[in-house]
Amino acid sequence: MNSLLELLEQDCTQSHAQLAAQAGMTEQEVKQELERMEKDGTILGYQAIIDWDKVKRETVTALIEVKVVPQSIAGFDRIAQRIYQYDEVESMYLMSGAFDLTVIISGRTLREVAQFVGERLAPIEGVTGTATHFILKKYKEKHLVFGKPEPEERELIFV
Amino acid sequence: MNYDSLLNDKIKNIKPSGIRKFFDILEEMTDAISLGIGEPDFVTPWHIRDAGIYSLEKGHTKYTSNAGMLELRREIARYMSRRFDLHYEHAGQILVTVGGSEAIDLSLRVLLNPRDEVIIPVPSFVCYGPLTEMAGGVPVYVELKGENQFRLTPEQLKAAITPKTKVLVLPFPSNPTGGIMERNDLEGIAEVLKDTNIMVLSDEIYAELTYGQRHVSMANLPEMYERTIVVNGFSKSHAMTGWRMGYVCAPKPVIAAMTKLHQFGIMSAPTTSQYAAVEAMRNGDGDIANMCEEYDSRRRYLVENLNRIGLECFEPKGAFYVFPCIKSTGLTSEEFCQQFLMEEKVAVIPGNAFGPGGEGYVRACYASSMKDIAEAVSRMDNFLTNLRRRQGK
Repeated sequence: MNSLLELLEQDCTQSHAQLAAQAGMTEQEVKQELERMEKDGTILGYQAIIDWDKVKRETVTALIEVKVVPQSIAGFDRIAQRIYQYDEVESMYLMSGAFDLTVIISGRTLREVAQFVGERLAPIEGVTGTATHFILKKYKEKHLVFGKPEPEERELIFV
Repeated sequence: MNYDSLLNDKIKNIKPSGIRKFFDILEEMTDAISLGIGEPDFVTPWHIRDAGIYSLEKGHTKYTSNAGMLELRREIARYMSRRFDLHYEHAGQILVTVGGSEAIDLSLRVLLNPRDEVIIPVPSFVCYGPLTEMAGGVPVYVELKGENQFRLTPEQLKAAITPKTKVLVLPFPSNPTGGIMERNDLEGIAEVLKDTNIMVLSDEIYAELTYGQRHVSMANLPEMYERTIVVNGFSKSHAMTGWRMGYVCAPKPVIAAMTKLHQFGIMSAPTTSQYAAVEAMRNGDGDIANMCEEYDSRRRYLVENLNRIGLECFEPKGAFYVFPCIKSTGLTSEEFCQQFLMEEKVAVIPGNAFGPGGEGYVRACYASSMKDIAEAVSRMDNFLTNLRRRQGK
């Protein structure tokens, strides 16, 4: 049986009735569970995944590798907080490997992003280096593929 | 040319599907929501597609052995034992076919002599009758009943058996009803068959799609193993309809006869598909579980809501169809489907398309997106409300 969270992750626009029938719960139970999980932060929010290339809105997105001076996890958390408070930061992760933090930001122009890195990110105490990679094309996000599937022409079959 | 005198009498006598008119309307209506086609809405999992592509890159473009690649037959043997506790030798007991359909055709053609009778429970998939007739046999239809959840009962079977009966077709889990036969149901059937010389043709193409319990095959009953032909394939379990990959497992003399015919008519099943199928058998159990879980969610939603809006619908425990009863509307299956399509632009299939026992029912396939299913239910609700108003109920 699909759990409520799995169903929501697939499509959060489903009605309580739809979710209930699929998860084997009552509508009332679904409502209560959702309220509980929204309150305790299990569910952070509900957002649409948009192909912005389909509408004329200029944005650039960059993935920035950030290196910081070695420290405890709590130390990383403090630096991370200083970075992710900026609205420009879309996503941010602590990494294992050659660098420490992945910061994904979007801005209207290349310049705007460069400015953010140079003026906001790099000067933060403890940040020892950054490498900025601009995203050229998005293929897939959250299991969804960008672009429309090719239409298939076929005659009706009876199976 | 007088083609009428040219064509074989048997094929001329096979009637095209009785619901052609309905299909003509459907074909024109490109913006309809279709719960009509019985096919997974999933694309074949990527690792399986990739294995097919990789086999082409490596240049595997030749025929395989007639019975199918050794590697594939070995994997099928392992799979049947792992998933269904059915034990077959890859050498001599398994034949890889072009879809389950070819396996059904071969089975009937190697078994039937002229006028041998084949017992076919209906409503069921439409191929058994015509293939029986082409093989020279005589279809004997047994109407399954809604009150029995569309299971075949021993009494029905007993009443249909004559000295000419050669084959019993067991199409479970069922297209179109979603009904299944559980072990005790099969034991009842086996009891009737044990003193006869009847072969069972068990079409188990939906075997992986059962909800709440694992599928049991007639061949799982020890005394039935030697008189059962198990037909299965990759279309429904692995969402591989277009690859045309099926297989049949049976006692050696039957497989030997089928291989002979297959070798003349087909040569060997498509090579690319066979490579993909090997991957499906080796690493595809997780895909089956995921898809099955997904279908199950939709199934529960659809059954619950059809009942809620007043269409009596028994709980289908297999395949991906619901088969609600529409008798309460006073319409025939075809009237119901045509009006529903015209008024609400949703396609479901009239039950009578699957044989006489299907009148009074319609088939809806839930291998569609949840969004379409939810929309279809709400339109069905509309349709029924309007219908009742018109009928002054």
